[in-house]
Amino acid sequence: MNQTNQMMMTGNLAAAWGARLAEADYIPAFPITPQTEIVEALAKWCESGAMAARFVTMDSEHSMMTAAGAAAATGARVFTATSSQGLLYAIEVLYSISGWRAPLVLVNVSRALAAPITLEPDHNDVLAARDSGFLQIHAETCQEVLDSILMAYRIAEDERVMLPVIVNLDGFYLSFTREPVILPAPEQVAQFLPPFRPAHLGFKASAPHALGVAVLGGTPYSYFRHQMHLAAMNALDVHSETAAEFERLFGRRYDVVEGYRLDDAEDVLVMSNAFASRGKVAVDAARAEGRRVGLLRLRMIRPWPADAIRDALRSRRAVAVLDQNLAPGQGGILFQEVAACLYGEALRPRTLCSFIGGLGGKNLSEGEFRTIFEQTAEAGVRETGIGPVLLYTEAEHREMKQLQMLAGELGS
Amino acid sequence: MWQRETFKKIKQIPREEHVLPGTSLCAGCGGLESLRLAAKVLGDDVVYVNAAGCFTMLATYPFTPFKGSWLYTTMASAPAGAQGVRDALDVLIAKGRLPRNENLKVVVLGGDGSTYDMALSSTSGAIYRGLDFYYFCYDNEAYGNTGMQLSAATPYGARTSTSPCSLQHPSASMQDKKDIFEIWRAHKPPYIATVAPRYPLDLEEKFARAVKFTGPKLFLALSACPTGWLYDPGETPEVAKLAVETGLWPLKEAINGAVIHTYIPKRKPVEDYLRLQGRFRHLFEPTRQDEAIRHIQERVDTYWKLVSG
Repeated sequence: MNQTNQMMMTGNLAAAWGARLAEADYIPAFPITPQTEIVEALAKWCESGAMAARFVTMDSEHSMMTAAGAAAATGARVFTATSSQGLLYAIEVLYSISGWRAPLVLVNVSRALAAPITLEPDHNDVLAARDSGFLQIHAETCQEVLDSILMAYRIAEDERVMLPVIVNLDGFYLSFTREPVILPAPEQVAQFLPPFRPAHLGFKASAPHALGVAVLGGTPYSYFRHQMHLAAMNALDVHSETAAEFERLFGRRYDVVEGYRLDDAEDVLVMSNAFASRGKVAVDAARAEGRRVGLLRLRMIRPWPADAIRDALRSRRAVAVLDQNLAPGQGGILFQEVAACLYGEALRPRTLCSFIGGLGGKNLSEGEFRTIFEQTAEAGVRETGIGPVLLYTEAEHREMKQLQMLAGELGS
Repeated sequence: MWQRETFKKIKQIPREEHVLPGTSLCAGCGGLESLRLAAKVLGDDVVYVNAAGCFTMLATYPFTPFKGSWLYTTMASAPAGAQGVRDALDVLIAKGRLPRNENLKVVVLGGDGSTYDMALSSTSGAIYRGLDFYYFCYDNEAYGNTGMQLSAATPYGARTSTSPCSLQHPSASMQDKKDIFEIWRAHKPPYIATVAPRYPLDLEEKFARAVKFTGPKLFLALSACPTGWLYDPGETPEVAKLAVETGLWPLKEAINGAVIHTYIPKRKPVEDYLRLQGRFRHLFEPTRQDEAIRHIQERVDTYWKLVSG
């Protein structure tokens, strides 16, 4: 590891560095908060010649993703980024790109969805794309953002996969937070990430082909969709090979899930993305009070690493999933998926609890974590799960009453 | 006076076909005939970037009628797909990863539903960026692939499945057709033309002239539609001819914004054209709607009065 290349940078700049070090050929862009800093950095580098890529500002995210997918289908290495409403505006195209089996990397900087409109993060945006055929890697730190982009290209472009990847980071908390980031040396990146020379993609005069054609009936449709699923599942093995190679070259290890103080943990809190850092601090605090708790951070959301999750949660007393998203009328999205993959496990945790917190960037306080650990432990003893629990503190409630008063809803 | 330079006689039109028969498009499709003629100039070194519409059915797994390539995108973003393909080809050629002789022309295919409405943002963006591509709109004046619903290209007085004629609206569609030619022209692309399948020399000449221009080259093709306009498929040439001869479908081009009409019709009464088609039958039966017919005629007269200045 070359420590001299360590710099302070935001999550957004780390994402831009990922694209730069991956030597992306093409960057269609469209601004949206909190992602904009990524495309600003890339535009500057393309203009100065620091990057040999073509940068094009498109007319919408829908157009941006179409151009991105079409360029990848033509054989270029493509990078692009968006957030929130932009991701949803483009979502139709995500399904097309994965159907074309065109690998590219899309960074999503998570931001909660309207209405009401806001700027701060939760994961309803990126999870709206969970069934699109894009693979998903969710990062906790600025370093992980950069490293995950490099890994994402290698996984996406693997002949066994050939699917696009979303790398997710939390808006504001990571996008605008500076952390020390080690910049990998370009020669080492070249060793890790071979040039993109797809065997089954690319439009050229000598080898015409038709892509994205209509099919008649369910037989061919199902065949191609099944192929996508199998390819996505291949990404689990490809990820572990990629992670091993990444560790060999760069000395940093990333698995599909990350365990924190799990070894003797009775109860486990499941989280994802940047707020997991707070979860880890809360685990330390709870351990200091004598609670045997740990944290499981979900890093790869698609493909869903069911085996790794089962291995991490087997034989625990209670598991709490803290979802930073809300499916109204259902609850936490990741809770459903964790629960589903544990059902067939003979030594599954005795109790599952569901908590919803951090919506729209709402704080997750020490007190809330303490409550989560307490209620989860009680549920474990009772052997009855709880939730979805909508986390909201008394102080927040008072603040909201004030706002309602100002809005004229109360007290008149 | 506009003169054809490349295509003076019908024998000069190449015999070689680049859009092969056997597709599942309707018999008598005027859009397909226009594309067949256009492809005689475009050739095979083409990637067609398709928007959702009738032409989606051209490439149906495992078949394609093209000797060139095809990419199906979405209804709203085929021009953005063209941007991605064009840019990627340019980048790969510039970086030496694709030999120059592998280069392709990029051709968007869109129906009027996509062209006039849904894809306006992506089309406007592509023209604004000066994208070097062809845009081929097959205009059959309604959402055809879904069974003929009103589009912004539907002319006044046409009956569609979502603009039925009623006591309140006896003439069916109440709006005049959106002027997409002028919307395109306001963007100042180097080349725009209207074409009609019954005028093959005019059509071929325009595609041959467009080749010389780098940038957006836009074609609006009258796509006489037996299925939707309700006439016998064998009458497509006659319907297309009358659209032009009545003055309803002006044949014109705009080079760097300067409009020239490439054919000046003697202008038969619009009634000759309307009477051929079931979508206008309610203007004549059970009672003749003189006012609606007069409205259509007046629109044409006003247009040509402005042309002759």
